Amino acid sequence: MAEERRFRSVSGVPIALRRRQHSASCRELAVRGPRLQLRSLSAATSAVWLAAYGLFAISENSMVLSAAIFITLIGLIIYLHFVKIDQESLLVIGSLGIQVTSSYASGKESTTFIEMGQVKDVVINEAIHMQKVIYYLCILLRDPEDPQGVSEVVPLFQSSKPRLDCLIEVYKSCQEILEQRKTAPQSS
Amino acid sequence: MVLKVFFPSCCSSADSGILIGRWISEQNSAVILAVVHFPFIPVQVKQYLGEVQRVTEVSVSVLGSWSNSKQEKEERLSKFLEDLGTIFCHEPWIQISKEGDSKFWSCSTLQKHSKNPQEEEIILVYYDQRKVMLSHLHPPLDTAGQGAEDASKLSAIFDTVARSQVLFMTDRYDEGPIKLTHWQSDGVEASIIVELLKQASVPACMLLTFLLSLLSGICRSRVLKFWPLSFLWSKLSTCEQLGHRLQHLQVISSNRKAQNQNQLMRKANIFVSLLIDVALGILLMSWLYRKNRIGHLADTLIPVADHVAEELQDLLQWLMGAPAGLKMNRALDQVLGRFFLYHIHLWISYIHLLSPFIEMILWYVGLSACLGLTVALCILSDIIALLTFHIYCFYVYGARLYCLKIYGLSSLWRLFRGKKWNVLRQRVDSCSYDLDQLFIGTLLFTILLFLLPTTALYYLVFTLLRLLVVIVQGLIHLLVDLIDSLPLYSLILRLCRSYRLAAGVKFRVLEQQDGKPLRLLMQINPLSYGGVVQTYRLPTYSCYPRDSWASLCKKLFLGELIYPWKHKGDKQN
Repeated sequence: MAEERRFRSVSGVPIALRRRQHSASCRELAVRGPRLQLRSLSAATSAVWLAAYGLFAISENSMVLSAAIFITLIGLIIYLHFVKIDQESLLVIGSLGIQVTSSYASGKESTTFIEMGQVKDVVINEAIHMQKVIYYLCILLRDPEDPQGVSEVVPLFQSSKPRLDCLIEVYKSCQEILEQRKTAPQSS
Repeated sequence: MVLKVFFPSCCSSADSGILIGRWISEQNSAVILAVVHFPFIPVQVKQYLGEVQRVTEVSVSVLGSWSNSKQEKEERLSKFLEDLGTIFCHEPWIQISKEGDSKFWSCSTLQKHSKNPQEEEIILVYYDQRKVMLSHLHPPLDTAGQGAEDASKLSAIFDTVARSQVLFMTDRYDEGPIKLTHWQSDGVEASIIVELLKQASVPACMLLTFLLSLLSGICRSRVLKFWPLSFLWSKLSTCEQLGHRLQHLQVISSNRKAQNQNQLMRKANIFVSLLIDVALGILLMSWLYRKNRIGHLADTLIPVADHVAEELQDLLQWLMGAPAGLKMNRALDQVLGRFFLYHIHLWISYIHLLSPFIEMILWYVGLSACLGLTVALCILSDIIALLTFHIYCFYVYGARLYCLKIYGLSSLWRLFRGKKWNVLRQRVDSCSYDLDQLFIGTLLFTILLFLLPTTALYYLVFTLLRLLVVIVQGLIHLLVDLIDSLPLYSLILRLCRSYRLAAGVKFRVLEQQDGKPLRLLMQINPLSYGGVVQTYRLPTYSCYPRDSWASLCKKLFLGELIYPWKHKGDKQN
């Protein structure tokens, strides 16, 4: 079953959290940011082309115009494929692991899977970002040598940056599944 | 506890039978490798599995039963399959059944000796058997040195499938007591070209080894070890590059089979890199020799050298006048200027002496570009070094003069203040000098001090010229290094067959139905291009800066000779 709720990100942009429960030990949590607006795209393109026309009027060199078109196209492709993240999702499968996926505007998906044996805990942490103090959700990885230590911190939802209320929802869902592995008889 | 069943997607449409695979009890997961069809004799199945276990060292056993009924559920078949559980006693006995064309299968387990008979959740994970078998899992780079007990659970699964290759060798056209379904059960595939290449590679390797042993014998002979020649070989970067390539050829032509994935990829990378290098070299050579471009190059070489010499002469005339408005000591200026001008005159005469032979030498040297683009670039770097040899000489003269002056000044400055450098104790001690020692010392100090600006200016100008040449040579060597160390085969493999280089896995949740087990699809997450380059980079005799910026500046200030690039084989001085 799926449910969707609206929240706000740290910078005030509206985001949506979608929760799906696939089975008793498998949950998917997806945070979707705003899509690319036609307004901002046209504004950027017009600005670049106006500047190019201005340069063309001064220098009478038509290469400036073709260069401007080229730059706009390449810039747009790079932005859509490498920069603009549409949706970040977390798939928690108890006893297998946690999968973190970022989907870009061009359709590219970059995925990381962390096995359950390496996950120590999922916590909400505070950080100083620019001039603000923000909360972020992160996965703590177990250190092989030191059972009490943490070897790495993997931050989640870095581009959508949800506020604390959204993070609490995600945290609660994750903890419900992580607790199951403590109550189940350990066989490792 | 959750039970995980890894089911190969190729067996989804197989007929009913029993499942064989490996049970990993620490992770409570079953990796299914194949389905054995009816009719079979249980004793023969157990024998076959024992043989497979002995060859592959993977504990393959019968894990459960699989029923694929095209019509409604057959009651007799399900009872029969349950009874099989008593023959092949395995704990827990997994029963998977599929009805008609439904996507949602029912999966249950029979546990006879369980302590807590509760309903455990089952997760069904589909995997592509061929891709998982061929793929090589790369651990994350920072944990590459971890011990085997921390081996990730996924690597156990990849390992199981990869080592059970012998199980996939029998297909359904083989006459035998056991009928299996796996990814190759429709017929073992092989490529004629690959087989022919494998057959041809053995004599080719032997021939290559023989030729290389001849070549290295010649190289190591006593004739080439005499002092002037060995000094020349060590200074020319072309010889180093040729030696490096010879080493690569030796690695490829060795008869020993590669032991593990890393060695195999290394051999393949070296082979492809050599091939591309030689191809580019031949392309360059054909471009140079078409329309006699090399003749034109040789014709322009002498005028370029003349032009450089003229520019240097102009520079020296400028220094001998009043450079940048500074007033030089006329006598010293004239001496140094005339000395360097005469040097340039000698150099120009030498170049003009050589000019009739330049075209022929260049023509034959250009032929060696067929050995590879890297060799051609190294030859270019060596030609630049030879043509700018006079700049190097000027730099050495200027630096030595300046260095002497600085040391003289510092020692006399100590005398001025009544101190002395104690060589034994490596420190400055006070010392009482005689009057005439003090007089001469002060005189010399004054002379050296007032002559300092002239020498410093000459030193500065020639050091800048030398640094320019060094930077150009360094860029060429950087390019050669790049071509040498880029793992082209791995990059092409990542582009075309990305499942072979795996950084991990990713799971996709498939359609679910209530009451049925959770269905997931396991796909291979390929390694990023940056990760591929970092893991499979070929080692080179790379040159990297010997000194940090601070020590470089200090050496420049004191007038010590600098050799900015250090090669890996150099001894530390």
